[in-house]
Formats: sequence, structure tokens, C-alpha cells
Amino acid sequence: MKIGLFIPCYIDAFYPKTGIATLELLEKLGQEAEYPMDQTCCGQPMANSGCNKDARETEELFVRNFSKYDVIVAPSGSCVHHIRDNFDAIEQTDAVKHIRQNTYELVEFIHDILKVREFPWAEFPHKVGLHNSCGTLRALRTASMSERNEPFFSKPMDLLSAVKGIEFAKPKRPDECCGFGGTYSVTEEAVSSRMGLDKVTDHHNAGAEYIVSADTSCMMHQQGCAERNGVPIKFIHIAEILNGARA
Amino acid sequence: MSNKPVKHAQAAAEFLEDDPHRLFHDERLWDMRQKRDQQMHGMPEWQELRDRASRIKEHTLANLPTYLEQFEENARRNGIHVHWARDGAEHNRIVAEIMGKHGAKSLIKSKSMITDECEMREYLEPRGITVTETDLGERIQQLDHQLPSHVVVPAVQKLTGDVAKIFAKYYGTDPNITDPHKLAEAQREAARPVLLSGDTGMTGGNFIVAETGGFVVCTNEGNADLSANLPNVHIATLGIERLVPRVEDLGVFVRLLSRSALGSPITQYTTHFRGPRKGGEMHVILVDNGRSDRLAMPQFWSSLKCIRCGACMNTCPVYRRSGGQSYGSVYSGPIGAIIDPTFNAKKFSTLPFASTMNGSCSNVCPVEINIHEQIYDWRRVLAEKHDIPFVKREIMKMAGRLLAQPRLYRVSIEGTEIALKTMPRFVLYNYLNPWGKHRELPHPVKETFNSWYRKNRLKTSTKKEHESA
Repeated sequence: MKIGLFIPCYIDAFYPKTGIATLELLEKLGQEAEYPMDQTCCGQPMANSGCNKDARETEELFVRNFSKYDVIVAPSGSCVHHIRDNFDAIEQTDAVKHIRQNTYELVEFIHDILKVREFPWAEFPHKVGLHNSCGTLRALRTASMSERNEPFFSKPMDLLSAVKGIEFAKPKRPDECCGFGGTYSVTEEAVSSRMGLDKVTDHHNAGAEYIVSADTSCMMHQQGCAERNGVPIKFIHIAEILNGARA
Repeated sequence: MSNKPVKHAQAAAEFLEDDPHRLFHDERLWDMRQKRDQQMHGMPEWQELRDRASRIKEHTLANLPTYLEQFEENARRNGIHVHWARDGAEHNRIVAEIMGKHGAKSLIKSKSMITDECEMREYLEPRGITVTETDLGERIQQLDHQLPSHVVVPAVQKLTGDVAKIFAKYYGTDPNITDPHKLAEAQREAARPVLLSGDTGMTGGNFIVAETGGFVVCTNEGNADLSANLPNVHIATLGIERLVPRVEDLGVFVRLLSRSALGSPITQYTTHFRGPRKGGEMHVILVDNGRSDRLAMPQFWSSLKCIRCGACMNTCPVYRRSGGQSYGSVYSGPIGAIIDPTFNAKKFSTLPFASTMNGSCSNVCPVEINIHEQIYDWRRVLAEKHDIPFVKREIMKMAGRLLAQPRLYRVSIEGTEIALKTMPRFVLYNYLNPWGKHRELPHPVKETFNSWYRKNRLKTSTKKEHESA
């Protein structure tokens, strides 16, 4: 299986260690993953703003970069949601269809495709609050949602439960959106920041030392809100914990 | 109607400035959402009911003319006068005519979103007709000259202190007495004489039943029953999308409605109207007001399935923190964001952007409207019609170009890193940068993932290839 690694723009620029952990983790799990050097973005910022036509060339570039891989893996639920569900600014050729059907968010790739449940090298002796982004929760469906009458399941929790020493905090509103929402964070900055602060406060009050998530974009926003308001909580991507980060 | 786009972001920011209002609003509505969850967990067939409700509505909407005519025929047979109104203006004219025929001057009405949609009070009052809202929340909003904030709890953005001030102004009560029971009593005292002397009663209707020619009104205060039964003339204003084919369909909808809305098993009053009482007169006005046009919109027609329970508002994290007034429309929250632009795409062009598209709304919706996907679709429609701000459009164009050119993009990314490291705080955190107003920016890093990969993973041969290119 030839894996193309998609490292979204904000991870590339601001959270490279999340990208490194993703690659190292895939390697530890016996996979060979390649990172096409000319990649930029999946087109989501333009598409989510309604400017789908402006996403065309970015999507074309994405296809040029990734069509040669059997699967594409990204440590970002929101980007994968865009590729899978909304990547339609360009003609839906076989190459495009192939990409849309074979792009996975890291947790679902490990959980559903590799079916790995053990990470013997991983140990994280901290209390964490799990943040499921709305993309993973309600679009990729990697966990059950409180809005529906359905049995509990959580793929990220399944994986994290194998990590030695980890403990889970129970926030009051686990499924509430943190308010990032892409360009929403800027167009409605007041509501967005309020939601972010409420989110980190909920996790902090539940005793979480860390917020862990499969989505760096949510955490970038939450971290900004926590730091500005002096909420003492740290942030870590699930890839880093599964790859063996201790703090 | 003014075409100026509603300034939702600004109004919401103002709403957030007052802690007591902000906290109460969020907690009160979240409590309704949690009670709804409890009701859902008590019903193993919940998902089946949602599916069925959605299918019944889709079937009805697909056969709307047939069922409307069936309703009309049966209603006439029951002795109801049936009127058709193409739009709000026609509806208001019909009401004025009916009242004129009886020389009536006082209309007592229960809560109905559609009369607000038709701007009926604004039409009738200059014509010498007094309109009195009898629903407590709606009356508070009427006295305060505001649109309803929420489809089920119209004054939910107000605290008891706000209500005490309004009642003091209009009812002469003590503005310092904020006890809810005392306030409700004051409203009762003020409303009873009006109810008893009113010469025409008006209700909305939650469901219209084609096979019986009747309609159902669900309320919690009993005010609709007083409005309908005390005067001799009862006018019911009904949106044409409220139709269901059969009485037994009510078994699906009545079970879903109040559970979704307030988290109670059923409303206090569920009244089935079939025809006028002895000596009385009953009129039904079937209102279109843009509904037929919406039915013809391939992406948006299913918003007509809405039963106005407000569950999408209660769950919406943006609505809970912005308050209903910030939407500047009769319908606020997620459902407002997708139906308001059908009334005026320019004025309500900002509302589909007042959302993080988190999808919670679609998943609580008892009739399975894909609300957040329609919000996404509206953004496209509005962008294509150029109904989004020029600056945003230009930024997206530039972003699209930049992200399509890897080398140019690379240069700009390395630039971001240097900027974050070296620029003074006042340059990064100023009014031109909305991100930094209430948030810190991400920390600068030594190197991007791209350059790390180049150094640590890229095979020497490929590296050379890239460097020479």
C-alpha cells in the first residue's frame, strides 16, 4: 500500500511536530508513507467561504500531488471531510474519485484500515480531555454523537485507551463545537472566541491537563483562547501521544 | 424591507458583552437541549420516528396541490371559510376584510410566526385595529417592539429584570419586582379584560390535516384556546407547508414536537379544530408567501419540512451565544439562516456565514432537514451572486491563487514564520487582525514540516531533483 501523506498548511507552518509524529507513527506501524513536496492545501478555506470556483486550481494541484497513491492519510479530520464530501470544484474524473474515496483521517486509518489497537511504545501519564472536531464527529463519524440515540463508540478513545497511564477527563459538553469554523474564526471573531474560551474552560474544570484532538485547527484556535485568558491547559495532537510523546 | 445586510457578527458581539444575559441565554437553551436528549433516550424508536416524519413531509410537499385541495374541500364541508393568500400583503388584507365585515376592532391572538412573517400588526394597527398578543413571551416582545428571538420561547434573550421594566412602563407595575410568578400574574391581570372584550380571535396552526379539513394548535399557556374560543370569530393563519395527509400522521409529529422543542413529552394543550362552534365563524387563511418558490429550489426545498420546534436553535452554539435579535429576522438560528435568504437574499446574506457548520442542528432536527449542508450551499449561491463582502471575495481569490502555486506558497509560509517571530506585538495584535482580538496567535516554529522532511526523509536523488527545479 502506497501512502501519500497530506500535511495541511497550518500543521506545516505552525505545528510541524504533529506532521513528524504522524509520519513516524505510520513508520512504526510498518507503513511506508511519502510526502509530496509540492502540496499546499485541500481547497477547504475557499470552498467553505462559498467561493468554490477559487478552490479549483488548489484542488487540481492536490490531485496532481496525490493521484499516484493507493491511499492518502492526513492528521486532520476537517481537511479529510472536505476532500471526501465537498471536493467538487473540479471535474469528477476517475483520479478525483479515487482520491475522494481513499483519503483517510489518521485515526480512522489506524482504526479501520490498519486495525491496530496496540501502541507498546506509548505512555502518557496525564489526564486528557478528548476533543472531537465537528468534522470527525458528525461528518467522518469517528465517534457517536450526543444528538443521536445511538450506542456509544469512539475510535480515538479506542486507540488512546491503549496508551499507558492515560486518564480521561469528562467535560460537561463534550460534543459542543469549539467555534473555530475556518474563516468563521475571523468573520465572527467575538462569538468564535467566546465558544473557544467556553470549550477550554469546560475541559479545564473537568480536570484535564491536556486537550487532545485529531484536529490541529481546532486546537490552534483553542490554544489562542486559553493563552489569552490564562486558562492553564496544554494541547497535543493524538498522533503525538500514539507516537510515544510523554508530554 | 431594507436591503442592508444584517450585521450579525456585530450584534452578537454586543450581546456577548453583558455576562448575566449571555450566561442565562446559553444555559437556558442548553438545558432545553439536554431535556430533549433525555426524552430521546426514553424512546427507542426515536430515529424511526424522525425518518417517518421526514418521509411524510417529503411526500406531502411533493403532492402539495392535491393535499391542499383535499383540505380545502373538507374544511368547507366542516363549515370553515377557506381563503388563499399569495403573500403577506394579501393575508393582511383578508384579515382586515373579515374584521371589517363584523365591524371588529380588537384582535386577540396566540403566537404565530407566520403573522410576524406577514408583518400583520404593522398593517392592522394603523387601520385602527388593536392587536394583542396573548402568549406571554410574544406579548413581552410586542410591548418591547422586537421580533421574536426564538420560535418557541420568543423572549428568551430577556432576564426577569428586563421584563419587569417593560411591564412597569406599560402596566404600571413595580419595576423592582422581578419574581417570575408576580410578572406572570401582572400579564394575566392585563390580558384577561382584553381577552374577554376581544371581538376576533386568531391562532396559527402547527399541523393541517388534509383528510379531515381540521388543524391542530399546540401551546403551553392555554392562550390559543382562549383566543380561539372567547370571541365569535376565529381566524387561523396557516402556512401551506403545515399540511399532513392523515390524522394518524399526527401520532408521529405530536410525539416529536414538544420533545424536540422543550424536552417535554407533549405540550400542555393540543387542540384539534374541525369547524366553527354553534353561532360562531371560523376562517382559515392558507398562506404561501414565498413557499411555492422555495419548493422549486432544488437545494433548499426540504427546509419546508420544518415544524418550528426550535431544536436547532437550542443546540446551536452560535445562536446560544449571539441571541435571536442578532439575526434581524423573524426566523433566527440555523433554520433562519437557511430560510431567511429565500425572503431576501441580500438582507440575510450574512446569516449563512453566522455558523461554524458543526452539524449539530441537522442531527437534532426531528424532520431531518440537512440544515448545515444547506448553510454550506447558501454560501455558494450567495458568493456566486456576489452577495458576500468584496474584501472576502478578493481574499479568497488571492488565497486560491496562492495555494495553487507551491513555490510561491512556500515562500509565503516561511515568511509567516519570520513575521511571527520578529514583528512587535502591536503589529500582530491590532484591529486589522480579528484573530488576535480575543486570542493569541500560534507560536513561531524553527522550521516547517516541509523543510524538516526535506532534511530528514527525502532521498538524496529526489532532493537534487527538487533543488535543480
